[in-house]
Amino acid sequence: MPGLILSVRDLSIAYQARRGQVQAVRNISFNVERGETLALIGESGSGKTTIGLGLMHLLPSTAKVIGGSATYRRSVNGENASVTEVLSLKGDNLRQFRWHECAMVFQSALNALNPVLRISEHFVDTAKAHGYLRDTNALRERSLRLLSLVRLDPKRVWHSFPHELSGGMRQRVLIALALLLEPQLLILDEPTTALDILTQRNIMDVLKELRQKFGFSMLFISHDLALAAELADRVATVYAGQIIEIGDVRTIFRTPHHPYTIGLIKAVPTLTSDKSALVSVPGSPPDLIQLPIGCKFHPRCPLADERCRREEPTLTEVTSGHQVACWRWSEAREALKAYRTS
Amino acid sequence: MSESLITLEHVSRTFSVKGQPIKAVDDINLSIPAGELLCLVGESGCGKTTTGKMIAGLLPTSTGQICYRGKDISTLARSDHKEYRLGVQMVHQDPYASLNPIQTIYNILAAPLRHHGFTRGEAETKHRVRELLEIVDLTPPDDFLDKYPHQLSGGQRQRVSVARALTVRPTFIVADEAVSMVDVSIRISLLKMFTRLRDEMGVGVLLITHDLALAKYFAWEGRIGVMYLGRLVEIGPARELVSHPQHPYTQVLLSAIPEADPDATRVKQRIELRSADMPSLLQLPSGCAFHPRCPLFAGEVCEKVVPQLHRAEWGSDVACHLVPAHES
Repeated sequence: MPGLILSVRDLSIAYQARRGQVQAVRNISFNVERGETLALIGESGSGKTTIGLGLMHLLPSTAKVIGGSATYRRSVNGENASVTEVLSLKGDNLRQFRWHECAMVFQSALNALNPVLRISEHFVDTAKAHGYLRDTNALRERSLRLLSLVRLDPKRVWHSFPHELSGGMRQRVLIALALLLEPQLLILDEPTTALDILTQRNIMDVLKELRQKFGFSMLFISHDLALAAELADRVATVYAGQIIEIGDVRTIFRTPHHPYTIGLIKAVPTLTSDKSALVSVPGSPPDLIQLPIGCKFHPRCPLADERCRREEPTLTEVTSGHQVACWRWSEAREALKAYRTS
Repeated sequence: MSESLITLEHVSRTFSVKGQPIKAVDDINLSIPAGELLCLVGESGCGKTTTGKMIAGLLPTSTGQICYRGKDISTLARSDHKEYRLGVQMVHQDPYASLNPIQTIYNILAAPLRHHGFTRGEAETKHRVRELLEIVDLTPPDDFLDKYPHQLSGGQRQRVSVARALTVRPTFIVADEAVSMVDVSIRISLLKMFTRLRDEMGVGVLLITHDLALAKYFAWEGRIGVMYLGRLVEIGPARELVSHPQHPYTQVLLSAIPEADPDATRVKQRIELRSADMPSLLQLPSGCAFHPRCPLFAGEVCEKVVPQLHRAEWGSDVACHLVPAHES
């Protein structure tokens, strides 16, 4: 049993806006097992990025963690070595947690690198700030090795400025940089969005190789179902700040039970899908300031009934490891088979 | 084959960057019949947007000519020119930037109607605006008339952009990545709307996208053209092109796309490129621009001779020396 590396319980995060509180993340709970990749999938505004930022203490000043906990378990040689309460970290402990234990790769690779620093300086600065590898030669060696592991030409990249690299190269620099301090957990926020098909393929292959080599766990945040299908061991669907379905990747793609997950999978054209099989989900995501009463998906759900409009469902176990938050999950698959929108 | 509405003959476009010429689009030949649903796909920098803008008349060509109803658009007489400018409309990628934030939806749609004299008087204009909103599925229309763009979702704004393009009764719409900024769950309904415009009003659409799966879905009965470094390397019927790609670049692209099926995507055969790096537009490779990366690279002929489009199997026109010609 590999054990858990991260365990999030009842996490809630809200943004303060002029109109009121934006409830971006509401009572989210999930586990990440050691060596596992968990994908959070959902549309823009579903709260998936906020979860990642919250864990890293990187929320903007208008956002606040309202409640919940996140427990990180560090392992040394396969044994659980220490337990960290992530959300209450401060000062040096927070610094130790960030990058040493858990590193984040951001979506926009251009904005994540400092434009006036060479790539080499990014590596040196990061190590210095975290008190890692004081020996300059050893640090350089490790950095160059990481750069070649992400399929970059280390000699060329080392002295470059970010603007001299293409988007895909910058994204790979960020991945190498994230791995510098040997973190055990990697949070990737849309790491291939805005990249071209072939560049995206390259990054996916790099991630798979690195995961094999280093055995780190990943929290993979994406709106792209196909990427989740390829990379994830488990998948969680996020809607209006909540996980509405979570399970093994094959279960989620083969036998999804939540009407939203079913709808999302049907709404994405693939190279092999037939035209008639595609149906978009009617309506648009809810206003996170004034959330609907009851199930947050009910205004868009073809199966919604009285109960869905009144009471909000919580995650219930369908089969071992597969949980769904829907009052009508047992009929949803059957009922939606025949369903087509105009 | 119906007569073509728009034809591109040896169209090229060169930009100047820091005094250096950059060939963004190189020698494109294309004929688009009225009412066709056509997709142009390719990676960033391949010239697909530049081609779209030239068709919409937003950029002049450097060499070659574009004809609308058989007449060169750069030398049209005044009345023909107006007919062309109204006939070919563009829908932009970013629905947040392409609508005037301080105008109501009604004003946004009423302005072109009044300006071009499509409606007379307030009552008729209002009637037509309501009609347009219904066409793009913003119903009931009265809910939207007095709203401002910021009060709408991305998908709704994009529908307003389409309604605005429709005010002047176009025959052809160039949609540049028109759904890529919209949430995945509602993309399909936007594409279905374009298809319906074609079916009901005969409006042809050129959709520019980087998403081949989306292109196949949209151009189901139409064509997909694949561009690489400014050139059209393959163009053919959408479904055949995706299931039986002929050009090695198309094959590499298709093999690189992950599938939304956990088993299929993990065993999918990937075709490796000879080089992962995209050449710079400043120093385009000689001969076939794809040769430094091409898995089929066959030496001198690829390095020296620019391949021209020829008919291959599955109805595709392919620009590659190694794909045999196929007489149908």
